[in-house]
Amino acid sequence: MKRTIKPSIPERSEDPLIEVSLTVNGEAVTRKVSMRMLLSDFLRHELGLTGTHVGCEHGVCGCCTVHIDGKAGRSCLTLAAQANGADIRTIESVATSETVLHPIQQAFKECHALQCGFCTPGMVMNILSRFEEPGPLDLSDEGIRDMLSGNLCRCTGYINIIAAVRRAGELTGRT
Amino acid sequence: MSTRSFGARVERNVDPKLLRGEGAFIDDIPLANVLHTAFLRSPHARARIKSIDVRAAKQHPGVVAVYTCDDIGVLDMAMPLLIPHPCMKNPQTQRPLARDEVHYVGQTIAMVVAVDRYTAEDGAGLIEVEYEPLPVEMDMEKALAPGAPLVHEKAPGNLAAHFVQVCGKPDDAFARAEHIVKIRVQVDRSTAAPMECRAIAARWDAVSGELTVWDGTQAPISVRGGLASIFALDEDKVRVIAPDVGGGFGQKVLFFYPDELLVPMAAMQLGRPVKYIEDRRENFLGSSQERTQIHEIELAALKTGEVIGLRDSFLHDTGAYIPYGIAVAQVASTSIAGPYRIPNIWVEFKAVYTPTVQVTPYRGCGRPQACFAVERAMDQLAEELGLDRFEIRKRNFIGVDQFPYEREGLLFADGLKVTLDSGQYAKALGMAADALGASSFAADQAAARAEGKYLGLGLACYVEGTGLGPYEGGHVRIHPITGKVYVNTGLSTQGQGHDTVFAQIVSDQLGVKPEDVIVVEGDTKAFDWGVATFASRAAVVSGNAIHKTAITVRKKTITAAANMLEVAEDEVELRDGAAWVIGSNRFVPLAAVATASNPLRYAFNEAAQAATQFAPASKHDGPPLGEGTAPGLEATDYYSPPASTWAYGVHAAIVEVDPGTCAVKIRKYICIHDCGNMINPMIVEGQVMGGIAQGIGGALYERLDYQPDGNLANASFMDFLMPYATEIPDVKILHLETPSPLNPLGVKGVGEAGCIAVGAVVASGVEDALKQLGPMKFRHVPLTPTMISDALESVGH
Amino acid sequence: MKPSLFGYRAPKTLDEAITMLASDADAAVLAGGQSLLPAMNFRLANPSLLIDIQHVEGLRGISVEKDRIVVRAMVRHREFELDPAVRAANPLIHEVMQHVAHVPIRNRGTVVGSLCHADPSAEMPLLLTLLGGSVIAQGPQGRREIGAEEFFTSFLSTARRQDEIIVEARFPTPRAGAGAAFDEVTRRHGDYALAAVGCVLTLDAQDKAATIQLAASGIADKPLRLKGAEALLKGSALATGDLDAAVKASLPLVTQSDEANASVSFRRRALGALIRRMVVKAAERARSGSPQ
Repeated sequence: MKRTIKPSIPERSEDPLIEVSLTVNGEAVTRKVSMRMLLSDFLRHELGLTGTHVGCEHGVCGCCTVHIDGKAGRSCLTLAAQANGADIRTIESVATSETVLHPIQQAFKECHALQCGFCTPGMVMNILSRFEEPGPLDLSDEGIRDMLSGNLCRCTGYINIIAAVRRAGELTGRT
Repeated sequence: MSTRSFGARVERNVDPKLLRGEGAFIDDIPLANVLHTAFLRSPHARARIKSIDVRAAKQHPGVVAVYTCDDIGVLDMAMPLLIPHPCMKNPQTQRPLARDEVHYVGQTIAMVVAVDRYTAEDGAGLIEVEYEPLPVEMDMEKALAPGAPLVHEKAPGNLAAHFVQVCGKPDDAFARAEHIVKIRVQVDRSTAAPMECRAIAARWDAVSGELTVWDGTQAPISVRGGLASIFALDEDKVRVIAPDVGGGFGQKVLFFYPDELLVPMAAMQLGRPVKYIEDRRENFLGSSQERTQIHEIELAALKTGEVIGLRDSFLHDTGAYIPYGIAVAQVASTSIAGPYRIPNIWVEFKAVYTPTVQVTPYRGCGRPQACFAVERAMDQLAEELGLDRFEIRKRNFIGVDQFPYEREGLLFADGLKVTLDSGQYAKALGMAADALGASSFAADQAAARAEGKYLGLGLACYVEGTGLGPYEGGHVRIHPITGKVYVNTGLSTQGQGHDTVFAQIVSDQLGVKPEDVIVVEGDTKAFDWGVATFASRAAVVSGNAIHKTAITVRKKTITAAANMLEVAEDEVELRDGAAWVIGSNRFVPLAAVATASNPLRYAFNEAAQAATQFAPASKHDGPPLGEGTAPGLEATDYYSPPASTWAYGVHAAIVEVDPGTCAVKIRKYICIHDCGNMINPMIVEGQVMGGIAQGIGGALYERLDYQPDGNLANASFMDFLMPYATEIPDVKILHLETPSPLNPLGVKGVGEAGCIAVGAVVASGVEDALKQLGPMKFRHVPLTPTMISDALESVGH
Repeated sequence: MKPSLFGYRAPKTLDEAITMLASDADAAVLAGGQSLLPAMNFRLANPSLLIDIQHVEGLRGISVEKDRIVVRAMVRHREFELDPAVRAANPLIHEVMQHVAHVPIRNRGTVVGSLCHADPSAEMPLLLTLLGGSVIAQGPQGRREIGAEEFFTSFLSTARRQDEIIVEARFPTPRAGAGAAFDEVTRRHGDYALAAVGCVLTLDAQDKAATIQLAASGIADKPLRLKGAEALLKGSALATGDLDAAVKASLPLVTQSDEANASVSFRRRALGALIRRMVVKAAERARSGSPQ
């Protein structure tokens, strides 16, 4: 192909910036980002934590669920600026080790609770937050369905995810 | 390996990566200096474009380029018609960027490239377009009438295709019928809504002249062919990679979407990687949809309930374009007789242009509509003849001894005569009745009624032609260093577990653990002969190709190992990652066999020493690599199915309807399913269950709400009601395994199965529940609370 | 789906926040963001300035007072749902909260934010209306209390002035011995209601309704007290005929036009069923002495 003169391309937009300092998966992070950057984009593209997925950007699908100050929340409905000072946890921090999955992840594998895997990190983060919440955990079928009800999955039909939550209860002694 | 991997519930190889958030979906792939795109889309269903002013957009800080149809060179064209068919009239396909006129809300008019997506969207918002809106007709029946507004001036009457198929002598059958039923049914439009929207990224390497495209597609090889052709590049200079793809369900098998051409073009022009990550709103507006059909179906029966003839005339909404040909309507028309003998069939369809995004296959591909039509008609016939709904079906099933059962005159989507290859339909029906508790249902229903509850029994049967050709390939190689087995095929995966089921097939032939079989697909640099993932065909077509290939590699391995072990070939068995002398503890690892099969000059590690030219094992007469042989333990082979293989199933449910709130609750759901031999029942059940959930969506929730002006009122997950876990009941899935006689593995496809019957089951159940309150018919899905309310009102309840 | 450009400020005091708000006619208050950010991502809402009040002093916490529960502006739905003192004082709140979207949304969304968003199908506006509660608005001119029925003016509209911040909401606690019930009809669990009804009532010694509050949402451009029905049911034995009359009086209040998910006639049917069921359930609870 004929070589042409390289176009002049700006490095970045002219959006006003804001400095945000927060903790992500236990590490302190400071970045200057656009005031309008969503936390989901911040985690994925500024920090390279692409395990947090983006499925709808209006808070319905739950793919982008992370922990914000210990509770599950939508990173697509949170500005990076709002997370200034917050403690954020993402799917990348969940597995027990490089070789051992977290019991919830292990249960998903055993129960075939994922197919394409796109919704899975958000599902896991949501379930994990409920497992870590103080107080009783309702692992009845109805309780599990309610627990999962903020996360869409288009592949599995949910039944195996429900089984996986039950199994995770067994693996963590929460039955 | 002592136990067979085929048929086992093997956990998936791919899972740990996905569970840890280490998947590589397209927007996860780091591309240095990547630029982002956004599209300006039409707000009108039909309009003339009088002018486009991009000046403000171009001047917006951070915008790199703005393209309209005037700026895209060879891409200013009608995109390919993928599946031509002689019955099509004036087939229309979309242009990447609209020229002069638009045909649906959401059609791409301009593309903005910018430093980030936020800025690209700003730029798109700054483009000023002057439109002259044109009238539209959204109702298919009215759109066919003379004088209706046209979607395309070149397509009179909005008729995209008209096709009639005849099997047997339907007119004779209707003439001698003792009873005829005729009903009208409708299925509304839905969308696949994969959790990952479509996505594409492209990088142009000006030094090597190579274009690399990451495309969330079901058809990487086919996309590669199209890109090479359109951009006039050699095929080996175009690499298409479909990495992890977050669901497809047919929506990602269409090509080209405009972005799939424009993003590579921009990458080439700008010398920077460019990506387009479709957002959810765009997925609703611009990516393919399916389902709307209106059937007028008639059954000609004898008093015994035997159906001797079927006539079906249906309208099929193809949207504004018909790039995928008549595939959806053709599958519907050839599936219309279901699992029933019905020897005389007349089926006609008209494909109608509507000013909406194009219709191409979505999981099910016309089968849910055909099933809905024939099953609702069977229920009606049963009612009119006073027969039980199970009984009438039993009387019409193709018997186990009647296979192969041909429907002369009906050509399936592979262009071949419909030939159902095997099945045990009556047995499946019996299993469904037992699992549901059908025999005690009347008593349960009466007891519930006494408590003020309305229970109904729903039932439907379906067949599914699967495993279409033309062919797929397999490549299998035993890695000389690790002994792991590499497998390639030309498909891409969107979550179906290819990496595990193909590993299981190879595992059995080569005696290795499934986790030691690494399946690499979705990359034209890994394997580039093949077609795509669609039509429930991966296990059948690629599965058998890989099976054949693995057998060849097995033979090569045994020959080489027998030579090394100095025994006859029939004294060698492959298990536990090694070749063993049967009945002894003498073995040689597969890695060593593979290494020895590859004559080496350099001993790059200890194992390699055995294959170098001065090693004792390398003694040979003649050249190190014998004439006509190839190095390593490797083979490539292909499988081309003689015809489609037909899976089937029976679904039955008990539903409860609340006449106060019009809520429908599925209390029990049974699925009897037969896809031939199952490679991995866990994955089969996952596929079936996922399909059933989508079916429940289509039965009760999911309907694209097009307004009379062509705008889509519910282009979001807030308003398009995909079921959550709270809407999906427990489902009992039971299997039958009737092998397909058509392929070596005896397998049939399963991908689409689950969704097909659900609409018919739910409607049948709701009708049964409410019949206690009056004669109400439910022949339109999704079945909404408003429909139930209207029906109740019509009987004065 | 990325928001258009805006400025962002995170004031520490209410005065600062109000000054910022008063300075820009297109400024918006950001609390939990669970309604505002989706609208911004769709570019349906394009505020020029977002005033994030999460760090503003004095906007956190719930006070359970003698006859009311005070919920300050940054209280998340989930806090309101799980607070043991709230649950003890008015168990209906916990019951209603189960219907508000899903837990991850309730973890972030605020009660007051939901009131200010004023979706006519949402649960919080209905709850405030049902209980006869109020909000406290603070602006450059000082504080004022606005009753629920005044506050919700129309679809997504309230009596809050542009330069005011709603700093708290007050939910009166039903009197001792009251029974309460709430339910809604949705297409999916957690969706906005197509029709929702709440009822709080007390019974007299003759098992007749001594007091009754009945409210519905999803049926008009704002949540409504069903005053005609209340008048008919008060003093009645809540017999079928009484309920029939109450339903009949309420059906004309359904003014939401036909839409894809719900026709007017369906909403009327659902409203009628819910009124009957909630009144009966509240009465049972009052009778059993357990408010829930």
